[in-house]
Amino acid sequence: MSTITVVEPGLLTTVQDLGRIGALRYGIPPSGPLDRDAFILANRLVGNPDTAAGLECTLTGPALEFHGEAIVAMTGADVPVIVNGAEVPTWTALRVKPGDFLKLGAARTGCRAYLALSGGINVPPVLGSRATYLRGRLGGFGGRPLQKGDRLPTGSPPRPLAELEGRRVRPEWVPVHSATIECRVILGPQADRFPPEGIRIFLESTYRVTPAADRMGYRLAGPPIPHRHGYDILSDGIPLGGVQVVGDGQPIILLVDRQSTGGYTKIATVLSVDIPRIAQAKPDHFIRFREVSVAEGHAVLRAHRAWIDGAIERDTA
Amino acid sequence: MGEVQEGEWLGLTPPDNQMESEVTLVPAGDLAVSIEFESVLSPEVNARVRALDHLLLKAKLPGVLETVPTFRSLLVYYDPLVIAWDHLTAFIQTLIPHARPERIPPGRRVEVPCSYGGRHGPDLEAAAERLHLDPDALIRLHTGAELVVAFLGFTPGLPYLMGLPTALNLPRLTTPRTKIPAGSVGIAGNQGVIYSVESPGGFWILGQTPLALYDPQAAEPILLRPGDRLRFVPIAAESFQAMRRAVVAGTYHPLIEEPPERPA
Repeated sequence: MSTITVVEPGLLTTVQDLGRIGALRYGIPPSGPLDRDAFILANRLVGNPDTAAGLECTLTGPALEFHGEAIVAMTGADVPVIVNGAEVPTWTALRVKPGDFLKLGAARTGCRAYLALSGGINVPPVLGSRATYLRGRLGGFGGRPLQKGDRLPTGSPPRPLAELEGRRVRPEWVPVHSATIECRVILGPQADRFPPEGIRIFLESTYRVTPAADRMGYRLAGPPIPHRHGYDILSDGIPLGGVQVVGDGQPIILLVDRQSTGGYTKIATVLSVDIPRIAQAKPDHFIRFREVSVAEGHAVLRAHRAWIDGAIERDTA
Repeated sequence: MGEVQEGEWLGLTPPDNQMESEVTLVPAGDLAVSIEFESVLSPEVNARVRALDHLLLKAKLPGVLETVPTFRSLLVYYDPLVIAWDHLTAFIQTLIPHARPERIPPGRRVEVPCSYGGRHGPDLEAAAERLHLDPDALIRLHTGAELVVAFLGFTPGLPYLMGLPTALNLPRLTTPRTKIPAGSVGIAGNQGVIYSVESPGGFWILGQTPLALYDPQAAEPILLRPGDRLRFVPIAAESFQAMRRAVVAGTYHPLIEEPPERPA
């Protein structure tokens, strides 16, 4: 058990774990990492369970001082990481010792970087989770982004540090963040509220990510999508990746800090495995949508989970 | 495990065709399914949703992660690698005929103090005029009703209330407000709400409650639950501040009555 001092907070750095499950029925979204894959891999690199809490760092990351020995790993966006003045590799388990100073710079590609530390960030859970829900001022470190001077409590490493040091994600599997991404979608739940022309426009157009893009949702700009009988519905639950289209015909992809329910039509829902790509997209990047079936979506999910399970190189004896 | 063919998701029917025609199951992405009842704003339809919710949660089906009831739909989040689509939807189909209002355990009774009009209820006079009622008559109609929390949503702990008398039916404000204080009590479109955090919104604000619908610092951050039976109790504007201080200090406990235990 130890602490970390936040020397510089970075642009928007929050404590996250895999998310708050069971609270959507109370109007509280799950929160958690927007790039779930990067977060899980960071945790596995440092020997943590997937559910341990770490940091989500947006665009420009924090500078931290360690007060204990630990293994750390950074994944997600391609950020320069400097420890005691020297650049270190990402997607790799690294050892830090008391007094070490680690700085995450500005993302070169991608948008969100993740830092995991052996033993996890040990803030008290709220409603069963350490994830930060910013709009609700709930969870994480005081329900807010990190600030200069914050002291983060850390847990005890679950495995001996020597076993973990140097492990890395297979270099050929480290994602490349591109300026145009394809999101696979399952149509609906309100696909029937759009004429065939609307569905066609949605699936054939390229949409630009606007500056109004955050953990709650990504607003896109592009060819407007017409409705059939308006865009109001009796409020229903909004799934992760739900694509809402209202009067202006512009799609909004709803994400981990979304409102739990809403009264507007959703033309489609992005596959969960493609949410991490959205997490790494920035304003003025582009998104295209491709329709898949439920069966195909589930097959993709199964393959994806197997991929994650095989992503870390086995240590050679 | 059978594969779902493309297009089959449009209204799954069990082979013996006993499904009620007005209930459909619609995928909401790869990790959720929406069970949609008749598309009307009706306490009976909402009660069916909450009954299905209750039955599904009671079944503790492995792979069902959480559920979100709303007016006429139940969104069920699941893990497809723990429970396959066919099995989940077939199971839900067996529950639907049993999803009747009688199946829901009786809700808690909650009293919500409310200071009507004046600075707490900036729309009370205008709403009364629009409804051709005396403001006092409007308040009596509002406090006389036992309302049901149809669901919570939009912001943490915000209740959508059903059971308002039709004499209080108003369309939403043509110009929504950008900042409504937390605790504001609103009506529109045959629904009631109590804003849980400062929000924009289009409901007519009749009054304000000193209760905290949502307190992120509290041991139990959310005050209400779907299915709660709620009554508004008028309080004088002068009492509001003292009551609010007591709520914040944790010394005011609203009346929340658990239903009597039913024999098993």
